[in-house]
Amino acid sequence: MEKKYEFSPETMAVVQKMMGRYPEGKQKSALLPVLHLAQAEFDGWLSAEAMDYVAQVLNITPIEVYEVASFYSMYNLKPVGKCLLEVCRTSSCWLMGSEDIVNHIEKKLGIKDGETTKDGQFTLKTVECLGSCGTAPMLQCGADFYENLTLEKVDNLLDNLRKDGERRTYIKDQKVNMD
Amino acid sequence: MGKKLLLEHIDVPGIQSLNVYRQKGGYETLKKALTSMTPEQIVEEVKTSGLRGRGGAGFPTGMKWSFLAKPEGVPRYLVCNADESEPGTFKDRYLMEKIPHILIEGMIVSSFALGANTSYIYIRGEYFYVARILENAIAEAYEAGLLGKNIMGSGYDLDLYVQIGAGAYICGEETALLESLEGKRGNPRIKPPFPAIAGLYGCPTVVNNVETIAAVVPIVKDGGAAYAQIGIGKSTGTKLISASGHLNKPGVYEIELGLPVEEFIYSEEYCGGIKNGKQLKAVVAGGSSVPILPAHLILKTAAGEPRLMSYEGLADGGFATGTMLGSGGFIAMDEDSSIVKNLWTFSRFYHHESCGQCSPCREGTGWMEKILHKILHGHGTLADVDLLWDIQSKIEGKTICPLGDAAAWPVASAIRHFRNEFEEYVKQGHSIKDVKHYYRLNHLPEPVN
Repeated sequence: MEKKYEFSPETMAVVQKMMGRYPEGKQKSALLPVLHLAQAEFDGWLSAEAMDYVAQVLNITPIEVYEVASFYSMYNLKPVGKCLLEVCRTSSCWLMGSEDIVNHIEKKLGIKDGETTKDGQFTLKTVECLGSCGTAPMLQCGADFYENLTLEKVDNLLDNLRKDGERRTYIKDQKVNMD
Repeated sequence: MGKKLLLEHIDVPGIQSLNVYRQKGGYETLKKALTSMTPEQIVEEVKTSGLRGRGGAGFPTGMKWSFLAKPEGVPRYLVCNADESEPGTFKDRYLMEKIPHILIEGMIVSSFALGANTSYIYIRGEYFYVARILENAIAEAYEAGLLGKNIMGSGYDLDLYVQIGAGAYICGEETALLESLEGKRGNPRIKPPFPAIAGLYGCPTVVNNVETIAAVVPIVKDGGAAYAQIGIGKSTGTKLISASGHLNKPGVYEIELGLPVEEFIYSEEYCGGIKNGKQLKAVVAGGSSVPILPAHLILKTAAGEPRLMSYEGLADGGFATGTMLGSGGFIAMDEDSSIVKNLWTFSRFYHHESCGQCSPCREGTGWMEKILHKILHGHGTLADVDLLWDIQSKIEGKTICPLGDAAAWPVASAIRHFRNEFEEYVKQGHSIKDVKHYYRLNHLPEPVN
């Protein structure tokens, strides 16, 4: 069956409210936040159909959506696992051992940077500075920051995320214990 | 103990909430501003305070405000830059997370001063949870009549919204931020016109960093002259420093500008020295964009004076022997750190974050990343080091926005101060196994005791 792209009534209400934040005729300003909502609602990524739907909601052309979605790194243009593990790799995190964290996750999950586990649970992605330099190394999963990582904490985190089984999105805090 | 203006009540339980914030004198400054001051008087106080933009550029805030065009019948906007993405910087996140109402209060006072009736806080997408904290704080403020129509019975109206980004360092550049807020790619605009004339939706706009706007609260509270008493010379007031890297106590510290770097690194009040009893090798003092300095130059100026944490103090000696205060992202590196590899993480960052508009930056950042990767993995030649120098010199000053400079300066400074380390990588070639723990202090021209 073909997947249907349509916001739930609750999300649509949020979108409508959001569009009221900008002056008349400037509804395009809502594009970035609305794309976040679309990504959360449509399985964690933005397909061409999802982007076309957003264009229709905001009454702008599809290309205006594509060029934005492809510019910003938080939009996934390909399917990702339920838990997108975004490990910071820039300076301070690197100095404090982010490479060890990445290697450990790669080994434990049997995937490389950018890949998804076969069961669709985890995707690993190295990212640039997330503003958590004083609590390095760190990773972000959904809206949640996991900081001062050790290999042991990463093990706990992965186990607890798998047990929980929920899809993580930026829209919702769903922090799990890792200590 | 240094004076605290922004973080004074940071440890008070519940300070996130409006009630506790008000118990500690919160929103008294707003009351003062709305009931006893004119917008012009507030702008004057900010000018008198000598406050300089805390996002990195250090431009005088009062002057920026006074440039704002005021044509009849055209709305004006205040936009808060909470896109904090400069590697090594996390002070705004800390401030917004711990004491959101100081930013909200600063936004209302500043919007009143500028005559804005709609203001936005543009926050980086990765800080979604912080955006929620701000939204809750804003909802509390509306509820209490501190936002919306006729604030505190003054007749002044203001709507304040949080806008979320989606992961692009370049949106910290003010015109890219405005593009992004309009729902577009974050491509910086050609200036002039400056945002003060044509900013958001083509209307006069002021864009200020989170910390800058928060600092307006103590300035209006105690007066610009009192603020100017704090600090040193033209570096007035306090500054939030994000300390990270190999330090015993990394974190966010509010310092009085003019604090000696040595005291900041080694005293128990601040960072408590270098981790694991190691020695300091180098510091990036103001976020990834500013020149890296070896330990002997960050602790003392070329003239042998103690180096001070202020705009002028860190810049002493120019780029030959000095650096910049920047955003206050203070990254300390111990004796085991590889300068070349750290630089590679920076160059990879700038390559990833270049918006692609200007060829020198779009192409040059990628070339620098590749050459550094080559050197790091033992395939480099001595000519590559010169090539790196050449490329950075051809990016600097040749782009629409300062990202080009920001990508060039770390490369230039690393070669300037640590050229021998690049050459060592080239000479060792394939025998380099563990680049992470390869270099020690004896490669420094002047080892630090």
